[in-house]
Amino acid sequence: MIDTLRLTAEGALALIESREVTSAELHAAYVAAAGARDEELHAYLRLVDAAEGTGVPIALKDVISTKGVETTAGSKILAGYVPVFDATVAARCKAAGMPIIGKTNTDEFAMGSSTENSAYGPSFNPWDPTRVPGGSGGGTAAAVSGGLAPWGLGSDTGGSIKQPSALCGNVGLRPTYGTVSRFGVVAFASSLDQVGPVAKTVRDVALLYSIIAGRDENDSTTVELPEIVELPTAETLAGVRIGIPKQVWDLAGIEPGVRASFETAIETARSLGAEIGECDLPLSFDYGMACYYLIAPAEASSNLARFDGVRYGPRVDAPTYREMVEQTRDAGFGDEPKRRIMLGTYALSAGYYDAFYGQAQRVRTLLMREHRAALDAFDLIATPTSPTVAFPVGERAADPLAMYACDVMTIPSCLAGLPGLNIPSGLSEGLPVGLQLIGPQFGENALFRAGYALECAIGFDTVPERLR
Amino acid sequence: MAIDRETVLHVARLARLDLTAAEADRLTLELGAILEAVSKVAELDLTDVPPTSHPLDLVNVWADDEPRPSLALDEALANAPAREGDLFRVPPTHGPEVSA
Repeated sequence: MIDTLRLTAEGALALIESREVTSAELHAAYVAAAGARDEELHAYLRLVDAAEGTGVPIALKDVISTKGVETTAGSKILAGYVPVFDATVAARCKAAGMPIIGKTNTDEFAMGSSTENSAYGPSFNPWDPTRVPGGSGGGTAAAVSGGLAPWGLGSDTGGSIKQPSALCGNVGLRPTYGTVSRFGVVAFASSLDQVGPVAKTVRDVALLYSIIAGRDENDSTTVELPEIVELPTAETLAGVRIGIPKQVWDLAGIEPGVRASFETAIETARSLGAEIGECDLPLSFDYGMACYYLIAPAEASSNLARFDGVRYGPRVDAPTYREMVEQTRDAGFGDEPKRRIMLGTYALSAGYYDAFYGQAQRVRTLLMREHRAALDAFDLIATPTSPTVAFPVGERAADPLAMYACDVMTIPSCLAGLPGLNIPSGLSEGLPVGLQLIGPQFGENALFRAGYALECAIGFDTVPERLR
Repeated sequence: MAIDRETVLHVARLARLDLTAAEADRLTLELGAILEAVSKVAELDLTDVPPTSHPLDLVNVWADDEPRPSLALDEALANAPAREGDLFRVPPTHGPEVSA
């Protein structure tokens, strides 16, 4: 009997290597678990019944193109779209022997913090199905947390891996910009988008990162990793300098239970030998959101111009080309992509470009400098990942700005192109709280070492209490 | 910062979105509130700060100019809503039924 709720990817790999189970049996176990529990969680948009491979099965966010398997990015405008090629990350997973369990739910075009913007309906949090799993990668997070996948891939533009990992009690990595190929990944904001792993343990995340990362000739924004990925083994933080932005303590909207869990995690880090100090990221906290919600929609308005009813997706028939395109786009995009296309088009339009987009690009320079200064003084920066635990489905759906505020602490380091790791730090109100660790550019190994030491000391049980 | 309905409809035309009247009304309110929030970037004097377009140090990544296999025609056309021969078929872009 395979306990999909508890089995880690490393554990699954050991079972395969010792010939106790086959890859196909594991795949069948996860598909069966999805059959039993996904009616409640809606983590998957579709399952892949045919197991192909000899390794540990994986779930892929539905922004990742999979040859022969429908890929919608959570949007009606890509309904029925069947890629004729694999995204590089999908190809690398397949080359490593991983069969695909299914394609996971996402906010439409990865725009959102709850999966409530999915055109195919929201996913639900395995810890409490009346609550959201976070977003946009809530499907992958819910699948891993709910025992429907040992690990999975998400994509992160402003927090779409880290925030759902926090809300579902998973480990999730947003890698350094440029380390993981986006070839074949449905684009949202190209100066920000990164693909990254989600799993139950830091070591699983490091292992999956080692498989997907590295230069891809099909994505000219990728680079060779400057050092090989190391699976962490040491349960100490001796000599590691961790900076806490002083702005964290004054942040409006941060829940007392989240703050308490964060404080406990910091004390744990101290007890493991870390040197804790205060760093200063004033502009990141004050201007990060505004900067992001100009740059990301501007890039989105450009990227989403390709959905025109000509080459793929459904088409609304109309007498002229222009009417066909305009009606196809109005029918195919949901409310959030329309908001962002409109916002981005406005910010890029004549007369407003310098005041909005140009100004945001300059703010971005300052945020990068601010992070560089903090990471000159410290090895890592720590904050809570999300100001709140998972919120009830529907609570923020009608208020775009309330939804945008979910990512206030995940966004600044994304703009700076830096890697960020979420690990569970404990529970508040019976729901997971996430700790965000930010590292320097290409500092993934440092994140894995610190995350692993903290994970061992915290001893968080990743299986939702109600499913134990 | 308010945005009026006329501007919303102009931007929608630029963005090739045939908004319904209700959508235009709602977006006028929502975009006003969002623009109010993001206009915060105007508070800073950034005249001497260069813009950042992406976080890497890469400049001009070149690829060898050598032919290599790409998608076959049938694959490239596989998801087309309408095809005619080896082409994507679309409604008229010019002609008597197309207004300016």
